[in-house]
Amino acid sequence: MHSLLFLLFMASTAQASEVGQVHPDQLENLVRQDCGACHGMTRKGGLGPDIRAQTLSGRDPSDLAEVIKNGIPKTAMPPWGPLLSDAEINWIAQYLLKEPPK
Amino acid sequence: MKRFSTLICALFFTLPVQAETPCCATGDLGIVVERATGGLVVIDRSEHAAIGHIDGLGDLSHASLVYSPDERFAYVFGRDGGLTKVDILTQKIVKRVMQSGNSIGGAISDDGKLIAVSNYEPGGVRVFDADTLDLVADIPTDAKTIGLVDAPGRRFVFTMWDSGETWIADFSGDLKITKLTDIGEFPYDGLITPDGRTYITGLFGQDGMTAIDLWQDPPKAQHILPHYGRGEEKLPVYKMPHLEGWALAGDRFVLPAVGHHEVLWVDSRSLKEIARTQVYGQPVFAVARPDGRFVWVNFAHPLNDRVQVIDTLSGKVVKEILTGPATLHMEFAPRGAEVWISVRDENKIKIYDTTSFEQIGEIPADSPSGIFFTARAHRTGL
Repeated sequence: MHSLLFLLFMASTAQASEVGQVHPDQLENLVRQDCGACHGMTRKGGLGPDIRAQTLSGRDPSDLAEVIKNGIPKTAMPPWGPLLSDAEINWIAQYLLKEPPK
Repeated sequence: MKRFSTLICALFFTLPVQAETPCCATGDLGIVVERATGGLVVIDRSEHAAIGHIDGLGDLSHASLVYSPDERFAYVFGRDGGLTKVDILTQKIVKRVMQSGNSIGGAISDDGKLIAVSNYEPGGVRVFDADTLDLVADIPTDAKTIGLVDAPGRRFVFTMWDSGETWIADFSGDLKITKLTDIGEFPYDGLITPDGRTYITGLFGQDGMTAIDLWQDPPKAQHILPHYGRGEEKLPVYKMPHLEGWALAGDRFVLPAVGHHEVLWVDSRSLKEIARTQVYGQPVFAVARPDGRFVWVNFAHPLNDRVQVIDTLSGKVVKEILTGPATLHMEFAPRGAEVWISVRDENKIKIYDTTSFEQIGEIPADSPSGIFFTARAHRTGL
């Protein structure tokens, strides 16, 4: 499990440098509108849990990235890996931890 | 100046007339929810136009609303727990209460006297007086509550996502609650048939759906479509389907499948699956045109840039329309001549003729989601 996390972490840091792939405006819109469908547009929760920056505070960004990438089995959280690149997922994980919802 | 006095003269003669005649009727009006700004656009169906804007309703992501029986007032259920009563004629907020921390829709009783709101946090249903928005009843469920609808006989029916229970709250006399347990794993939405007889819940956590015959006493839950989804790998679900807005299409009804690129045709009497239609993506809404002749379907992210139209007789897709990015919601004119479609990321409502499939109008709106015509006032479950 650790090696998997490590690999994911390496993979995401490796790709994060390819800045050309990440479009912050689009990803911000995705978080707001599509993540917001379950977590609320202000991220304070809905069918899915509260994921505001203050609530996630202290979480490891690579841990969040893994949840976004693979989803959580037996829950409504889908894997976003099929739709987003690792760089994009990593960007979202960082964004959730630092940006308060607008 | 001469023109000015003519104007005065015109005003003088028209004012008394207006005082006697109410300015407008609301029968062809409606409301569009703008999810980003927390505002509502008041729309005129006949004119294909926006005729006003109401602001200050809080977080309207996933907001919905119901209408008073006279079609003058809308009760808007915001995501942030706000319940807002809006006057469509004056285009003003009449009253607003923060009734919970996090809510997800509501319903109006068949007599128009009670407003029920379905809450995630704290989980449960709160019921308010439709005139004053004073609290009438608080029904905690200790679970996230979904699929709240009105049922004939001053009843509300709702279901719990976490615990898989459906409750029927009867307000015809002293409040009486009937609880049905084990209706299924992770029910994500519920609907009631237009006749108010059958309540159906979609299940996220297992195959099939659950139907409850509300005419029986006591009502019993029946598992339907048990083979739907079995042994087939479910795709990731990026948007839960909505069951509301469905309608009977002839002797069958059509339901969006969860986790599959298909819609399901169900016999309205036996509740058995008749057929499936392969569609472009995972359906979010599968809505029959009011006459039932065609069914329009939109899709979940990331395939949400179009709608498909299915012929009820053949079960085949007969038309595909590229409506635009984030096509979220479809609302038919009450007799089905046109359909209004919200295209969120294009900031537009697009209007289509349902016979020619031509676009016949367009209205700007800021991140529009739900479209609600006042004719909903007279339909059970809407």
